[in-house]
Amino acid sequence: MDAVLPSPMPGAPRIDNPGGTSAMKGGDTVFHALCFSAAMVLMATLVGLIVALVIGGWPALSHFGFAFFTSSVWNPSGSPDNPEAYGAAGPIVGTLITAFIAMLLALPLAIGIAVFLVEFCPKRLSHWVGIAVELLAGIPSIVYGMWGLFVLAPWFAEHVQTPLMLNLDPDSFWGRVFTGVPNGANIFTASLILAIMVLPYIATVFRELLLSIPPYLREAAYGMGCTPFEVVRNIMLPYIRKSAVGAVMLGLGRALGETMAVTFIIGNSHAFPKSLFDSGSTIASTIANEFTEATGDLHISALIALGLVLFLITFVTLAAARLLLGTEKA
Amino acid sequence: MKFEISQEEQPTVMVAPPVEQRVLDVRGLNFYYGKNQALQNVDLPVARHKITALIGPSGCGKSTLLRTLNRIYDLYPGQRAEGQIMFNGENVLNPRDPVDESAATSGRPRVGGDLSRLRARIGMVFQRPTPFPMSIYDNIAFGVRLQRSVSKAEMDEIVQRSLTRAALWDEAKDKLHQSGLGLSGGQQQRLCVARGIAVEPEILLLDEPASALDPLSTAKLETALVELKDSFTIVIVTHNLQQAARISDYTAFMLMGRLIEFRPSSEAFVKPETEAMRDYVTGRYG
Repeated sequence: MDAVLPSPMPGAPRIDNPGGTSAMKGGDTVFHALCFSAAMVLMATLVGLIVALVIGGWPALSHFGFAFFTSSVWNPSGSPDNPEAYGAAGPIVGTLITAFIAMLLALPLAIGIAVFLVEFCPKRLSHWVGIAVELLAGIPSIVYGMWGLFVLAPWFAEHVQTPLMLNLDPDSFWGRVFTGVPNGANIFTASLILAIMVLPYIATVFRELLLSIPPYLREAAYGMGCTPFEVVRNIMLPYIRKSAVGAVMLGLGRALGETMAVTFIIGNSHAFPKSLFDSGSTIASTIANEFTEATGDLHISALIALGLVLFLITFVTLAAARLLLGTEKA
Repeated sequence: MKFEISQEEQPTVMVAPPVEQRVLDVRGLNFYYGKNQALQNVDLPVARHKITALIGPSGCGKSTLLRTLNRIYDLYPGQRAEGQIMFNGENVLNPRDPVDESAATSGRPRVGGDLSRLRARIGMVFQRPTPFPMSIYDNIAFGVRLQRSVSKAEMDEIVQRSLTRAALWDEAKDKLHQSGLGLSGGQQQRLCVARGIAVEPEILLLDEPASALDPLSTAKLETALVELKDSFTIVIVTHNLQQAARISDYTAFMLMGRLIEFRPSSEAFVKPETEAMRDYVTGRYG
């Protein structure tokens, strides 16, 4: 920033304009200071947040050590035989699994939607589908949660879970994968809701990426005699491959942190999930469920430590997304 | 400068190749970008195994005309063409038109409205080099694999033959498995030519292929094109009149969406018959 750029022409105004006119200079300094402090407030908030999470979570982390991440015993109401203990393996695994399944379900749909909108859809319909996708992104998560609990879960329990459990040998591999209390509130339905929620985000980014493909590349592929499917599969999708991973990470970041909808439908059990249809919990749902009831210092500290873990997981995911989307330019 | 030319003042001069030599025959073509008419009643006979050059000032419709021949304009809603483009007795603009059984054909199966089959037989090279984001080898193998399954040995042979014909083999043979994007602009353009001919089209369309190239690369490309005409029919849009005069057998001069003059190049450049082409060739506008 200190480098002095040569002026392109003698007398031409310089872009960085260090001299300026004297009247402008005063205003500029204030403006500069305002913008700078706005940015600093953000940075300070972020750092403060991390510090607060570390300080708040430290008692639990130091008390349980590494077992905080590996144990799945979550027992806030301690008794002499059964001491108070907090092991977050259940919520951590629940968070990762639901987000992962959600992406697995949402990704092919999102690619399909984006490719359809960009490549095949008549213009007028494309407009309406685009609006629908945006609306989907705008629905508050509590609405998804209610819909999940009152509509999706009972339907799922009756039409998917029960038939599967009746027809599969409970000792077989698939029988064990699909076992669980048939009330529809489980890891899989939570993932399903998450998938619907992240779908518009991924689809929108994919659409933008596809639209950014230079038209001449498309023309060249069609000019070779490719069918539309071959153009999409061989030219367009490989072209956006790297940025697409970024888009997926962005959706993943959202799925990891989603709270309300998941809390409604995941079943809220701290145990390590044993099957796809087992009830479980995520970090966010555990915090949401227990914060008002947490009275013991260690309980509160454990919840804050969970918050720190979620923060770190999301941070890593989003950082990877930025890196892959290529927005992080020096 | 603006030229207002009506049909009465500018009769088309047409010295066309005989019907039985035409592999492609455009008749009465009108083209529209939405409501704007870009081509008016254009005829264009394309002779087999010859190079036909389309010349004219910017905006005259020569690129538009080229883009109708393989219907690449179809990718864009709102663009449409009316008239006839006869290819092996079929009207590629309207596959429901009766097939002209008497027309000379290449003996290959009918296109029957299948645009990907049409474009595999009327290949295209664009103004900007458009290598696909894959290796040099795969750039060429890609189109071939779309059409049929080929053994590794046969594919190697196709790749070598195509690169040789496009005058790129010597420069590319040691880096076949490196990305096509690593080549220079001129090499990329010859790669696109190699890719286009690898699928053995009947016609190769080139849209100002040398406009982004330096003179040496241009010369290499031109040499390749002249040798290619033994096997392929070539239609080339060019801004470079010397290039048209050097390599083409027929020249079509266009102005404001109309075909003004179509003649063997040997005559067209020596003694243009219309005033408009004379003005253009002598550099009065364009």
